[in-house]
Amino acid sequence: MKARLLIVDDEVQFVQALSERLSMRDYDVTTSLSGEDAIEKIKNYNFDVVILDVRLPGIEGTEVLREIKNLKPLTEVIMLTGHGTMEMAIEGMKLGAFDILMKPCETEDLTLKIARAHDRKAEHEDRIRAAKISDFTSSPRSVLKDV
Amino acid sequence: MCQELENTSETGLQFFGKISASISHEIKNVLAIINENAGLLEDLTLMGDRGIPIDPERLKVMAAAVKKQIGRADGIIKDMNRFAHSIDQTCTTVDLAQTIELIMALTARFAAMRGVQVNLQLPENPVTFQTAPFLLMNLLWLCLDFSMSASGDDKRVELVVEAAENSVRIRYRQLAGLTEALLENFPSEREKNLLAVLEAKLAAEPEREEVVLRLSK
Repeated sequence: MKARLLIVDDEVQFVQALSERLSMRDYDVTTSLSGEDAIEKIKNYNFDVVILDVRLPGIEGTEVLREIKNLKPLTEVIMLTGHGTMEMAIEGMKLGAFDILMKPCETEDLTLKIARAHDRKAEHEDRIRAAKISDFTSSPRSVLKDV
Repeated sequence: MCQELENTSETGLQFFGKISASISHEIKNVLAIINENAGLLEDLTLMGDRGIPIDPERLKVMAAAVKKQIGRADGIIKDMNRFAHSIDQTCTTVDLAQTIELIMALTARFAAMRGVQVNLQLPENPVTFQTAPFLLMNLLWLCLDFSMSASGDDKRVELVVEAAENSVRIRYRQLAGLTEALLENFPSEREKNLLAVLEAKLAAEPEREEVVLRLSK
């Protein structure tokens, strides 16, 4: 299955070009030009990895990250930053971002980080699935907890 | 006076740093767009090598995108250059409209980040006078920064320049969120020092939702 990506950045041309390049690399890409729009999309759709600019108009990138982790804790987030916003990106790492990438970035670096982030999400999901199965096999009635 | 000048130097350095950091961020954004378009071109070329035809229209769009970003970067660097040269002379003749427009351009990203729309109304005739250009820009920015904080839910600031014989007024209007509480910390020492050095006066009128900066000509 294709990894589902969400690119969040207010620079339209950057989003368009990156989105096209990642689509060529067989990712399922969605884009957002604001934090507000990104949060709405995250509420309605399960993304594997979000590529999030630290500096956004309106809701700041770190606030968007906090909301993503609140709504979909398993979704991994890669923060994009210029050097002037490194402190915010570090704050993002403390809030649970998977990694930071400096703009402009090499595509190979980005796709490597996306692959790692996707793998980590898949691992977490596998562990949760295994824990649920184990819980169910040891106590079949436990399945009712989720009903 | 010496203490005021010393304090304005510190405030000035902070201002210079803030603007420089913002410019570098903007240039990084431009480079990121050019970088992605160059990468896209590379991808299309590789596809061409594999026999997938390249649509010339696609290339035109990409060339236009790069040109647009080069124009953008050129504008940013021109503004940066004018800003840097504002320190060349302690005191010189300035064109107020050009100075305000430069500050608005240099700080446009800060306004965009806060979702505030800043509009400017200028008088018909140019307003020129002798002053310290860098310190004036610093004061104009501090007043604009405060005005954006006081713009309330409307998220609009209107700058109106009115010239009189011996003075000029810059009204920061439509400050729907201007309250007495906000005015407890404004003007602070840094604005007061700049006002003293520039022989300017500042008045806040919450009932009229405006802050007025009066400069001597």
